[in-house]
Amino acid sequence: MGILDKHGVLEKSPTLLLIFSFLVVTVGGIVEIAPLFYLENTIEEVEGVRPYTPLELTGRDVYIREGCYVCHSQMIRPMRDEVERYGHYSLAAESMYDHPFQWGSKRTGPDLARVGGRYSDGWHVDHLINPQSVVPESVMPKYGFLLNREIDAKYIGDRLKTDAMVGVPYTSEMIEAAQADFAAQADPESDFDGLLERYGEGVNVRNFDGQPALTEMDALVAYLQVLGTMVDFSTFEPVASR
Amino acid sequence: MSKKPTKKQDVATTGHSWDGIEEYNNPLPKWWLYTFYACIVWGIGYTVAMPAWPLLNGATPGLLGASTRADVAAEIARYDAANEGVEAKLVAADLTEISADPELANFSQNAGAAVFRTWCAQCHGSGAGGQQSLGYPNLLDQDWLWGGSIEDIHFTVTHGIRNEDDPEGEARFSQMPAFGKDELLTDEEIAQVVQYVRKLSGQEFDSAGLGDGETLFIDNCASCHAEDGTGDRAQGAPNLTDAIWLYGGDVETLTETIYNARYGVMPNWNTRLSEAEIRAVAAYVHSLGGGE
Repeated sequence: MGILDKHGVLEKSPTLLLIFSFLVVTVGGIVEIAPLFYLENTIEEVEGVRPYTPLELTGRDVYIREGCYVCHSQMIRPMRDEVERYGHYSLAAESMYDHPFQWGSKRTGPDLARVGGRYSDGWHVDHLINPQSVVPESVMPKYGFLLNREIDAKYIGDRLKTDAMVGVPYTSEMIEAAQADFAAQADPESDFDGLLERYGEGVNVRNFDGQPALTEMDALVAYLQVLGTMVDFSTFEPVASR
Repeated sequence: MSKKPTKKQDVATTGHSWDGIEEYNNPLPKWWLYTFYACIVWGIGYTVAMPAWPLLNGATPGLLGASTRADVAAEIARYDAANEGVEAKLVAADLTEISADPELANFSQNAGAAVFRTWCAQCHGSGAGGQQSLGYPNLLDQDWLWGGSIEDIHFTVTHGIRNEDDPEGEARFSQMPAFGKDELLTDEEIAQVVQYVRKLSGQEFDSAGLGDGETLFIDNCASCHAEDGTGDRAQGAPNLTDAIWLYGGDVETLTETIYNARYGVMPNWNTRLSEAEIRAVAAYVHSLGGGE
């Protein structure tokens, strides 16, 4: 039976078995993974997606630190009920600057991929302080302590640099101005022209938590309010055949 | 249940031997083997029928042309088509006639309730009772800030309140001054106005602390809330004489309201919902008990 009968040679030598198993897995990996990096129909170009501002990025770190992703996904699947409830299904490009991405289908709470602009800042603060005060049936814990945790953004430049290392297009100018941009976004009285110039006119500049100090609440609400708002679906029509 | 294996002389062994124990080299069961082959054939067929093989410019689309994006678009279109007739009728109808037409009333009750649960319940509560301590209005009672007729509700839902996002710039807008924070009144004067508002609303008040409350109210508050405190819906100024409060009628809450003012907001829904959905939810809210 020729070569097929020779499998005993591999099976009797652990070293050979390891080497050949590795080769088989490598071929599988090359065939399945490598094309994703060059195929045009997996890399959908979408207008409007920008890197997070320093304040939003900090809010994202709070989001991850507090484990929000354990109950909330950020991925609207292409299904009618999800599209009707949450909005346009998510595109891969919308999380291209997310490290790590927040996809998932495990939802104890609702999907947050398009929560930005859906509620007022005041609602978010009320809701984070005591979720049951606005949604009595909610099982979400309270996050009011974020109002007391001031942040000075000492390391925000390094934080941007870290993301730049893995491919987020933060320019050196953005990294240099990170601390100033961080403070400017939460203060509508400040000179925030530079921030808008660097990150686009659509950046929300507000006192997100409604109190003078710049806290983690500001950062988290700034992050929540930008989710899913970068792509303008009134002008962008994804190709249906993808 | 267990059957003891009986050694058949014609079954070969693998040739392995451990302390005299040998291993049979029985063939795989036929049913298992053929299922396995069938899976391989089915797998190849599946990659031909469905999107699968990566090529140079894209993956093979598959003979069946399956696409989840096209599927969801088609499914939404199917439901839209099914509702098209009644939605067109709803949009064409006069707002006041919706409740009289059984078909429209039935549709707007169900569709409006679905819209309400998805978009409105987070602030106004799943039962539309609002949340007084945080200032989210109750939609069940008879008291309306901007009017409770179906037209008024439809306008409010369409354009929202105090937002900059309405493309038509028609959001309902008014702003109470922050009498304390902006130093328009002293703390003492605010305390007097609070007592006067307590008096207007028929609550217990401290007559010794009333002072110039009435004069202060007429000078500072009456242009919006009216001299008798009954409010003005054109400006969204609440009626202060009923027992219904947006934020609360106790001394502490009233003091905070007058000191810092309030600035409740509502989004414009004309960019997120269709006209039929807005009409359905307006009719639903109108039917909840407080509609005028």
